[in-house]
Amino acid sequence: MLVIASLWQPNILSLNNVLLVLRQTAVSGIMAIGVTFVLMAGRIDLSIGSLLSLCTVTMVLLHGMLGATQAIVVTLCIGVISGCATGFLVGYMRLNSLIATLGMMSILQGVALVVTGGVAPYIMSPDGTWFKVFGRGYVFAIPVPVVIMIGLGLVFALVLNKTVFGRRVAAVGGGEVASRFSAIDSRRIIFATFVISGALTSVAGVVLASRAMMAKTNVGSGYELAVLAGVFLGGTSLMGGSGGIGRSLVGLVILGFLTNALIVFGAPYYAQWITQMMIIIAAVWFEVASRRRSVFA
Amino acid sequence: MSADVKPAADASRFRFLPHMDSASGHLIWAITVALFFLFVAIAPGFLNFLNINSILSEIALFGFLAVALTPVIVSGNIDISVGSVLGMAACLSIVLMPYGIGVAISAALGAGLLAGFMNGVLVEKVGIDSFIVTLATMIGIRGVTFYYIGDRSVMTLDPVFLAIGNSNVGFVPVRTIVLAIIAVLVAWVMHSTSHGRYTFAIGGNRAAAVDAGVRVSRHVIANMMICGLLAAVGGVAMAAQLGSVTPAFGAQYELWGITAVVLGGTRLRGGTGSILGSLGAVATLAILHNGMVLLQVQSFYVPIVIGFALILALVLDRQPTGIVKGGE
Repeated sequence: MLVIASLWQPNILSLNNVLLVLRQTAVSGIMAIGVTFVLMAGRIDLSIGSLLSLCTVTMVLLHGMLGATQAIVVTLCIGVISGCATGFLVGYMRLNSLIATLGMMSILQGVALVVTGGVAPYIMSPDGTWFKVFGRGYVFAIPVPVVIMIGLGLVFALVLNKTVFGRRVAAVGGGEVASRFSAIDSRRIIFATFVISGALTSVAGVVLASRAMMAKTNVGSGYELAVLAGVFLGGTSLMGGSGGIGRSLVGLVILGFLTNALIVFGAPYYAQWITQMMIIIAAVWFEVASRRRSVFA
Repeated sequence: MSADVKPAADASRFRFLPHMDSASGHLIWAITVALFFLFVAIAPGFLNFLNINSILSEIALFGFLAVALTPVIVSGNIDISVGSVLGMAACLSIVLMPYGIGVAISAALGAGLLAGFMNGVLVEKVGIDSFIVTLATMIGIRGVTFYYIGDRSVMTLDPVFLAIGNSNVGFVPVRTIVLAIIAVLVAWVMHSTSHGRYTFAIGGNRAAAVDAGVRVSRHVIANMMICGLLAAVGGVAMAAQLGSVTPAFGAQYELWGITAVVLGGTRLRGGTGSILGSLGAVATLAILHNGMVLLQVQSFYVPIVIGFALILALVLDRQPTGIVKGGE
């Protein structure tokens, strides 16, 4: 599809445009890495959008008060703490993840509002701080957000595919009872996946804050569903047990290129939503159909 | 409904059937009443006609979605596209008003029914999980609405339409009365028809329902269609009150709807729940919101309180044996 589109508009595959799309995908890509872990363990995390809002506003607020380094540390801590709270509720309290993270979503959005008092904070001199490197810097012409996304993607793909922990995550998602009989503490595994998700979302918050240098209190709202759409497009299952970091990132990049191509062709921005629906359904349909070897259920 | 005696007898083999009287459905009403009297005591101006009217009006806003979602969730599925369907119906009813109020409203409701049918077919006939299907249609239906309307707000001055949305009987808004009638109707369908009983059976144990000869897909699709229709009714009702909407209207309303349904004692894994409980939760949220505003609590704290309430409800509702299904 991408190739067909580029026949009409060769600019789509120009290096600049590819890097632009990747850079726009980076924030949701970093979040998708964590969400993939949660989905692999058979759970879901809807709180990441609000957590992204909270982390971004905290980062921007504290940058002015404490300085960049301290702000980054606090922001990452918030992500980990929120991940621990959600992980405790879903892993140890054994609550339904959809509803528990929906509750966390509401709480975190409220906290973001309380922290800022509803006013969008901004960083006074975006060019005068080394903090700009995370969102606006380049390493050999590659945007730093993309480097962070790919770097974290590689590390966590290794964790998921090559470590005992990664195999345990897939085991818990594939069959929780069986995993318990194999002496896996599924509660701890689930807890850990949510901590990863929270931590990576706070990294995404740092990147987003550095790119925008300001933060509306609801900046992350809707990110959770956009991320999930890309992850499902990549073929990670909602049922747990199957999926992969690379696939999730590819799914998000495809959605990114789709948006980009439609804009290049001059379609209104909402045309991407209709196309997104069709692509998600077509991709998941193809996957379930090939698994059960028939087109209809 | 004597014609339904036979299917009822068949369905009574399922263990999960008579859960309508679950304690949680009544508990939420107890909380509603308690909150009501609490705010009567401590919030100045809570107990006057104008304020009660505004509470009832807020109940109508999310009540339609909660009633719409309950049958779907009881049958073990979920529909997160309701916010988009609500927005689409609201826009359609206003944009088509030049063709007459009857055409406009029926087109809006028809579109909701169609959206529900599409969701149902994709879930049952294509076999994609309902969360993924409705996540996709949530995005797509929003796109279709924008595509049809454009990125602008639309308004109508139709006097009949606005009168329906803004008039009161006594201190009760007409929209709330419509909601009450629909809720009674849906509750009757859920409690007293074979479709309702099969819905509980499917949510309780789908494989057993299939084995017992229940034609599962048509009941699931029917519930999805009811859900789309009622979300559209909610959209039309809001359009009639406001007279003007944007194509982004209704975004994230699905989260409020699901919150209410869960607070009302319906379990997401299916098989239990009641319309009465869902409505009680909507009333609780509306009273809580209204009372907090009257007490001049900063509006920022409202989502925090509601989030904690949701998690607390889950903790209280936790089943001690849930190793296998506890998480889902």
